[in-house]
Amino acid sequence: MGKTLAEKIWDDHIVRSAEGEPDLLYIDLHLIHEVTSPQAFDGLRLAGRPVRRADLTIATEDHNTPTLDILKPIADPVSKLQIDTLRSNAKEFGIRLHSLGDADQGVVHVVGPQLGITQPGMTIVCGDSHTSTHGAFGAIAFGIGTSEVEHVLATQTLPSRRPKTMAINVEGTLKTGVSAKDIILAIIAQIGTGGGQGYIIEYRGSAIRALSMEGRMTVCNMSIEAGARAGLIAPDQKTFDYIKGKPHAPQDFESAQSYWQSLYTDADAKFDVEITINADELEPFVTWGTNPGQGLPLNASVPNPAEIKDAEERGAAERALQYMGLVAGTPLKKIAIDTVFLGSCTNGRIEDLRAAASVLEGKKIASTLRMLVVPGSERVRQQAMTEGLDKVFTDAGAEWRNAGCSMCLGMNPDQLAVGERSASTSNRNFEGRQGKGGRTHLVSPLVAAATAIRGTLSSPADL
Amino acid sequence: MEKFIKHTGTGVPLRRSNVDTDQIIPAVYLKRVTRSGFEDGLFSAWRLDPEFVFNKQEFKSGTVLVAGPEFGTGSSREHAVWALQNYGFKVVISSRFADIFRNNSLKGGLLTVIVGQAVVDALWDAIESDPTTSITVDLEARTVSYNAITVSFELDDYTRWRLMEGLDDIGLTLKHTDSIDAFEAKRPAYKPKTLPIRV
Repeated sequence: MGKTLAEKIWDDHIVRSAEGEPDLLYIDLHLIHEVTSPQAFDGLRLAGRPVRRADLTIATEDHNTPTLDILKPIADPVSKLQIDTLRSNAKEFGIRLHSLGDADQGVVHVVGPQLGITQPGMTIVCGDSHTSTHGAFGAIAFGIGTSEVEHVLATQTLPSRRPKTMAINVEGTLKTGVSAKDIILAIIAQIGTGGGQGYIIEYRGSAIRALSMEGRMTVCNMSIEAGARAGLIAPDQKTFDYIKGKPHAPQDFESAQSYWQSLYTDADAKFDVEITINADELEPFVTWGTNPGQGLPLNASVPNPAEIKDAEERGAAERALQYMGLVAGTPLKKIAIDTVFLGSCTNGRIEDLRAAASVLEGKKIASTLRMLVVPGSERVRQQAMTEGLDKVFTDAGAEWRNAGCSMCLGMNPDQLAVGERSASTSNRNFEGRQGKGGRTHLVSPLVAAATAIRGTLSSPADL
Repeated sequence: MEKFIKHTGTGVPLRRSNVDTDQIIPAVYLKRVTRSGFEDGLFSAWRLDPEFVFNKQEFKSGTVLVAGPEFGTGSSREHAVWALQNYGFKVVISSRFADIFRNNSLKGGLLTVIVGQAVVDALWDAIESDPTTSITVDLEARTVSYNAITVSFELDDYTRWRLMEGLDDIGLTLKHTDSIDAFEAKRPAYKPKTLPIRV
């Protein structure tokens, strides 16, 4: 019997396997940032262990960094200590670091692909759950905790149990105004936040193949919100073209490409689970609750918990509505928004900014809200400015910031106030995720831009 | 890592599903560069509510957290495990854990025990009707016992052995350095490197 894509990549990275033990998996690339690494470096120092492969490791500053005045000393002393710690660890262990102000600084999952260092057939890890983003290139990429960060630094391997495989076939053609973000939000609403638990998801089908590389990254990014270990997409000509010409593209491109071309699920391979989604029927999607599975098409209304049969789900919905300050039956499009956040590893790449700018061009954002535009990386910011997108945003009344994770997780000063409501292109609508007491609706860049103009959750078709 | 063989303590019933790691430890607490001192951040938003179970006197000394399904979803932050341990928890029982949280917990010696939701429901009822109910989690026998009830749980032999011996994964892997060397010798030359920097 043939193998799935995930099985092929897994098997190519087994250093050692023994009955009853997890496979020892070789890691091709380890991405590091300031938040989940300090304790790992401390562990190495305590045990007197070196970093095994600094040349397969790269660090950047993104999670707690400010998006204003980035070249001034960081005001928050605790954040500053964490950044300083990363800088001294990188220096001590000889690890490449892209600091604030550097052309290649940015959200770790935007930086890897733009350097061309994310390639098909790789194993990629990072102490960040959205590492699944890199699966868009046909790589097995997953988030790990700090103990595992230390393990990879010391050994360049990870003991891991082989996950099960799931295929999600998205067949058909997306309507105008429907994007990669809507695909993944709809998938999570269907399979639930635990639906992918224990699986690597392979996204397949005509609607996935039709996506750009950046759209594919958006889909794979949120695999973790469906509970999956990782998500990936078979590489194709679009993947190869995207990598070609990037700084770290293989110098022997032909050898690499001939291997990459073998990376697909064999026709006779069998997935443990297979799901099909009809792309023709998808609409712009938005979340109403406090977990990413609580989402609905934008044309729907806030659900009525009383109509939910499962007691557990009903309780969760009641709690969510209370936290979100929403009344059952309210049309989602009537919900007024205070802050629009455009950015993050989900939707902070150049195509996301272009999409939002195309809606905002020549228009003004509503006087009742603020809009933050935070490019995913310094390179994305530079590219956007070359195209004049910054001017479109600032002319519309939005704030144009420096690169970082920013309001996606509210670790830096970019936060929601208590009770403040956002439409956010990020990935998590958990209670307090964007600031204590803040309320988050997850949306696509197109919906974010239309919402900014109208002041209530909207799609470009409503303008 | 401390060895885990058997633990006896009282329980804390957390009747919520989808408890994400942002709730367990909000991002603002993640700026610290140590592994300890995270107990103040544990469920800090929910603890503002005087009715929250952690604020009830009868559950203050609990060491076994009994939680709803999909516990630990979201962010990979191991700080969630540290916060639970720093606060005094030794075991978390749930019907379903998110993958990364589960991995982190078993690396760090916080035992996560998976049992059916009916078992969780019964445990919740037992703890709530008598908060002094003694719960014993026996890793050697792979059982959870309280009152006259004993329930088995599954955990693979390898992980169980590692926890019972208190072994550090890195030390175990470094015994296989020869295999890693051999693997590296065969890696294709076209695989990318971060150094030297190319522009």
